[in-house]
Amino acid sequence: MSITAPQRDLFEQVAIIDPESGELIDDEIYSPYLADIGDTDLREIYRDLVVVRRLDAEATALQRQGQLGLWAPLAGQEAAQIGSARGLRPSDFVFPSYREHGVAYVRGVDPAVVLRMWRGTTLAGWNPRDVNMMTPAIVIGPHMLFAVGYGMGILRDKTLNSAVDDIVIAYCGDGGTSQGDFSEALGFAASFRTPTVFFVQNNQYAISSPVGIQATVPIVQRAAGFGVHGIRVDGNDVLAVLAVTRHAAERARAGDGPTLIEAVTYRMGPHTTSDDPTRYRDAAELEFWRQRDPIDRLRLVLDRRGLADQEFLASVDETADRYAAEVREACIATPDPDPISLFDNVYATETALLAEERTDFADLHGLDLQGSGE
Amino acid sequence: MMTDFALPDLGEGLTEAELVHWMVAPGDTVTLNQVICEVETAKALVELPSPIAGTVGRLCVEEGDTVTVGTPIITFGAASVAEPVEAEPVEAPESDEGRSNVLVGYGPGEHDARSGRKRRSHSSRASTGSATVSAKPPVRRLAKDRGIDIASLVGTGPDGHVTRGDVVGAASTSSATVSSATVGADETRVPIAGVRKRTAEAMVRSAFTAPHVTEFVTVDVTATVELVAKLREHPSFAGVRVTPLLLVAKALLFGLARHPELGSKWDEAAQEIVTTRAVNLGIAVATPRGLMVPNVKDAASLSLARLAAELTGLADRAREGKTALAEFSGGTISITNIGGFGIDSGTPIINPGEAAILCVGAIRRQPWEYRDEIALRSVMTLSVSFDHRLVDGFEGSGFLRDIASVLRDPTELIALG
Repeated sequence: MSITAPQRDLFEQVAIIDPESGELIDDEIYSPYLADIGDTDLREIYRDLVVVRRLDAEATALQRQGQLGLWAPLAGQEAAQIGSARGLRPSDFVFPSYREHGVAYVRGVDPAVVLRMWRGTTLAGWNPRDVNMMTPAIVIGPHMLFAVGYGMGILRDKTLNSAVDDIVIAYCGDGGTSQGDFSEALGFAASFRTPTVFFVQNNQYAISSPVGIQATVPIVQRAAGFGVHGIRVDGNDVLAVLAVTRHAAERARAGDGPTLIEAVTYRMGPHTTSDDPTRYRDAAELEFWRQRDPIDRLRLVLDRRGLADQEFLASVDETADRYAAEVREACIATPDPDPISLFDNVYATETALLAEERTDFADLHGLDLQGSGE
Repeated sequence: MMTDFALPDLGEGLTEAELVHWMVAPGDTVTLNQVICEVETAKALVELPSPIAGTVGRLCVEEGDTVTVGTPIITFGAASVAEPVEAEPVEAPESDEGRSNVLVGYGPGEHDARSGRKRRSHSSRASTGSATVSAKPPVRRLAKDRGIDIASLVGTGPDGHVTRGDVVGAASTSSATVSSATVGADETRVPIAGVRKRTAEAMVRSAFTAPHVTEFVTVDVTATVELVAKLREHPSFAGVRVTPLLLVAKALLFGLARHPELGSKWDEAAQEIVTTRAVNLGIAVATPRGLMVPNVKDAASLSLARLAAELTGLADRAREGKTALAEFSGGTISITNIGGFGIDSGTPIINPGEAAILCVGAIRRQPWEYRDEIALRSVMTLSVSFDHRLVDGFEGSGFLRDIASVLRDPTELIALG
């Protein structure tokens, strides 16, 4: 089976929700991917968007209160993350960058566990196999290669069992597309027709560099040069993101190879809590994007269908506040790791030098060598 | 029960922040995550949310103070929710103190090393040099933490390695303390920080990088003063402040168009002289927080009314401390108006990175030659400092002369513009 790759003007963004009326635009190619989305789903998607924004705000506050070393806020990118993550199956595998807290939420990672790495109490966070999602890639880019390798693995599995049709998705930002790894990953993915979806959240800035400096053409155009199918989507339209992700996943499952999705969105907050975005962008720009808020966009749909009654909205707020309070409590209660555990899991088998360093370190700090519970 | 909130490290390795503004007062009830203050670090101006729901007890630092990470800044009364928060901030100063030793280890450490015994032992072994001392990194770290110059120690380990025991032994014979700044009866000492520090750095950089030349001209600006009065009545200028400074700015833009060298930049690294199309006109503003030089973007493209509005907004925002940081960057040329202080003239220092600065003196009614007679006229002295690397006397003089001629007779703007 082959899923046709539709040809579109690459500058055009796929959109489903009419930003004025909240009506759903009937899109010949992508609307069918939303056929099963009913009122309950719309409400649950809305709840996801609000909850991840609330959790994100709580994490930012925790950083300002000294409870986290650092945080990379996702505010503004909720639709791009929730929409794409909901377009996957549990058995698909996710390679995130470092801002995909919303994706982790949908995959079922406990938000309090997400915070541990940012608190500096763990080196990674969770067992990737439990949720089929890798832990955050702080280094920009290499995980896109991992996603291609993982895709090659799926193809191998397929030679043994033709029923295997999982896919793999890798997330990066517009800045990530400037990494050599990005180009290598697209080249290999195209050559091997791996079932890989490259999901680029173009949030307009690589820290302080506007996207136009790094990409003089829309990022989606880069796909064509590698022989990868490209889709540009309004990243603040959660239903459009869901539809294009499902489409890209369906192509990958059918053996039609990789897709690059450019989700055009905006990072409303700083790059991380160490960044001051007022140094490089102005209030008018922020206001422009505030008018395109992803939660407001879906709210239009709910309002139009009479789904946003007081009772529902109150329950959403209640969920968000409860989760935020739970995350705060769990974060503050996270025990500090034993310092000697720094030496754990460096190698499968400890080397003589590492053992010596461990002893010196314990000696210097008066630590119990057995403390790590190795 | 009272609980402290200590200043956290807000940006991966920062050691201090300036408390810019308190948004709460003692006795106020605060909710969890309610913004309590604004602090400015070397990286960003950020709002701090309350870690607790409760009542504000005491503000431990004042606005304008520079606070070391880990120092309590506020105390809260009984918390009604979020109990677990209480334990943590109390611990924060301790743990952060340990860390700040790493980050600014050379701070207290150097005080120690220079005090008493160790200083002498250091000089007696100066020829050894720390580079030749063998020690493992954790031992070096221990020595550094304890303020001991490792080069001053005799190693007792294999091949003369300095061991942990050597460091501990040396430390126990020393009672080094960190000396703090003295406050005598006749002097007060204030740490150099915040805007003061940045202004100082900028001024030193400019003064010792760009060879300054300053020229002066005194001019009869009666016609300009009359024009200002007329413009104030004009409907296009309703709601904006029309001042002689507006026409000075316009005259400067006129002069700059004819002498673009005054708006160029010296790129030392690239060995290039850079000229940009847009003129971002900086205005030095005295604010409660210190001297600020925000700029009006692409000022030459603005109508006079628009320029007036931009200048008004710029000054208002600067005085309220609400200038966006982007407004401080990318300046082309600046104006400093000391006339507002009743001063006639000065030799301004160029805003670093720019080629020139225009200094505007007070307008005084004084006897002046007018149509071959002595008359009482409005007179002003202008001075311009320029970077002689970029601008020679020929262009600099022409620039100042053009500004003066426009202010003497604004008709020039129409006749020559």
